[in-house]
Amino acid sequence: MSEPIIHVRDLVVGFGDRVVLDHVSVDVMGGEIFGFVGGSGSGKSVLLRTVIGLLAVRGGSIEVLGTRLDTASGSARRAIERRWGVLFQQGALFSSLTALQNVQFPMREYLHLSPRLMHEMAAAKLEMVGIRAVDHHKFPSELSGGMTKRVALARALALDPELVFLDEPTSGLDPIAAGDFDELIRTLQKTLGLTVFMITHDLDSLYTVCDRIGVLADGRVVAVGGIPAILESPHPWVQAYFRGRRATIVQSRIANRTS
Amino acid sequence: MKRLTAAGSWTAAHANLLEPLIDAAASTTAGEPSLLVDMAGVTHFDTYGACLLKRLQRARNARNEETRITALQGRFEELFGELQETPPGATAPAPKAGPLGSAFEFLGRATIGFGRDLVALAEMLGLLGRSVVRVMGNPRAFRLTSTTYHIDRVGWQAVPIIVLITFLIGCIIAQQGFFHFRKFGADAYVVDMVGILILREIGVLLVAIMVAGRSGSSYTAELGSMKMREEIDALRTMGLDPIDVLVLPRVLALVIALPILTFIGSMAALYGGGLVANLYGGMSPDIYIARLKEAISVTHFEVGMIKAPFMALVIGIVACAQGFQVKGSAESLGRQTTNAVVKSIFLVIVLDGLFAIFFASIDM
Repeated sequence: MSEPIIHVRDLVVGFGDRVVLDHVSVDVMGGEIFGFVGGSGSGKSVLLRTVIGLLAVRGGSIEVLGTRLDTASGSARRAIERRWGVLFQQGALFSSLTALQNVQFPMREYLHLSPRLMHEMAAAKLEMVGIRAVDHHKFPSELSGGMTKRVALARALALDPELVFLDEPTSGLDPIAAGDFDELIRTLQKTLGLTVFMITHDLDSLYTVCDRIGVLADGRVVAVGGIPAILESPHPWVQAYFRGRRATIVQSRIANRTS
Repeated sequence: MKRLTAAGSWTAAHANLLEPLIDAAASTTAGEPSLLVDMAGVTHFDTYGACLLKRLQRARNARNEETRITALQGRFEELFGELQETPPGATAPAPKAGPLGSAFEFLGRATIGFGRDLVALAEMLGLLGRSVVRVMGNPRAFRLTSTTYHIDRVGWQAVPIIVLITFLIGCIIAQQGFFHFRKFGADAYVVDMVGILILREIGVLLVAIMVAGRSGSSYTAELGSMKMREEIDALRTMGLDPIDVLVLPRVLALVIALPILTFIGSMAALYGGGLVANLYGGMSPDIYIARLKEAISVTHFEVGMIKAPFMALVIGIVACAQGFQVKGSAESLGRQTTNAVVKSIFLVIVLDGLFAIFFASIDM
C-alpha cells in the first residue's frame, strides 16, 4: 500500500499560449482508488491523457509502475501499457467488433491463447462486469450507455492489469446504474487487487468508492486526501463543490446509510 | 483421494502454458472420485488462473467427480469465488452454413439489399419532390444560404480539378485521333471526332463521374456522421424536416453546378484538343475552329447539356439516400460511402445509355 504506483512531479502541460496544468504533483498509492475532481475545463482529462501518454509533456516527470514514462523508450512504454487498462469517457469501443470481440482484442494482440481459452476468458470478463450472455454478440451501436461502459471496463481489464484509468466512469448513467457501477469498481478493485485512478464529477462516487481524492483547480492540485481532509481545505472551489447544496444532500444520505 | 499440488504464477502471461497442463490434469484424473488441488504454492493468481482452475473443476463436475480446492490465499480465494458465481460459458455465435449454403445466403441477402436500395432511392426521390412542392408553396422555407454554400463547394471549388482532367482527356483524344487517322489520311476528321465525342458524351460523363467521387462521397459521409451522432433526430424533434434542411440544398446545388461544370469541362477539353491539333497534328488554330464550326451543331451541345442535371439528380439522391442508411458503426459509414460512389457512377452510366437510345430515336 505504501509504494506510489503513479508518481507525477511538477507536470506542465499546455496548448499554444495556454498552460492547462501548471506544476501539478500527485502520487497514487498501490491498491487504492484515487479520485480526481475539478470543474469543467480544469484539466482533469488533460492530466489523465498526459499520464497515459496521449498528450505531450512540457515539463516535469511522470513515473508509472516504476518507469519514467516521459523519457522511456518505445519498448519500455509498451511494456508498461500492457500493465494498465483505460476506460474512456464514451467507452471508445471498436464499433465494427462485437462486445466479445472488443474484449478479446487486447488478448489477441498480446497473449498467445487458444481460441477456446480466449472465448472463455472474454466471456468470463463480460460476466464479471455484469453483461449477460445474450448481449455478448451485440455490436456497440446496439448497447445501452451503461452496457457500453461495462463492456469498455471489461476490455480495460482484459489483460488483468495492475492499474486502471477511468475517465468519468459514471457520467451519463442514471443514479441506480451509477451506484451499481461504483460497487462494481469497488468489488473488482478488491478481488483483483487493482489500483484505480479515476476522474469523476459524481459526488456519490467520491464519497462511497474513493480512498483518496485530489482536487484540481486553476491548473494546480489544491487539495489531496480523504474526504475529511478535503472538507477542511479553504480553497473557494473546494468549498463550493463539497459544501454546496447537492453535496450536503449526498453527505446526509450517506451518513444515514452508514448509521 | 488423489492430490495435485499447484505452484508458481497463475497469470495471463502464463495462460498459454497453463492451459495444456489443466486439460491434461482433467483427463488424467478421470475416474478418480475425488481430487484435492493444493494451491498453497501459487504466488500470483489472476482471472486467467481462476478461469482455468474453474475449467478443471467444471470438467470433473460434468463427470460427477468431486474436486476440492484448498489453500487459496486471501484475495485469490475471493477472486475465485467471484468467478464461481457466474454461470459457465457464453453462448457460441450461431453456426455458419456450409459453403453452398452461405453462397445462397449471400445471393439472397444481395437480392434483398438491391430491392431495398431501389425502394430507398424511390423514397428519397419522392421525399425530395414533396419538399420541392412545399418550398414552392412557401418560398421562405427555402435555404438560400445553405444552397449557395453547397454550390460553392461542389461547383466553384471543383473547377480546377475538372478543368485539368477534361483538358488532359481532350488532349489525349486528339492525339490518339491524329495518330490513328493519319494512317489512312483522315486527319481532318479528328476535329469531328473530338468535337462530337466531347460535347455529346465524354464531357458530361467525365464531369459526372468526377463529381460523384468528389461530392457524392462527401454528402454521404456528412449525412451519415450526422445520423450517427443523432443530429438528424435533433432536427426532426425541432419540427424541421431533414429533407428540407439537408437534402434539398445539397441536391439543388448539384443540379445547378453540374451543367456549369459540364460546360467548363467541355470547353477545356476542346481547348486541349485544339492545342494538340496545333502542336502534334500541325493544324493551325484557325483551321481547327473552322472545322469545329462545320462539324458540330448546337444539337450536339444540347444533347450533352440536357443530360447534366439528370445525372446530378441521380448522384445527389443516391448519395443522400446512402447517407441516411448509415448505422452506428464507423464501418457502416465507410461501406455506405463506397456504395454511394459505386452506385451513383453505375447509375450515371446506365442513364447515359438510356439517353443515347432516347436521342437516337428522336434524331438528335
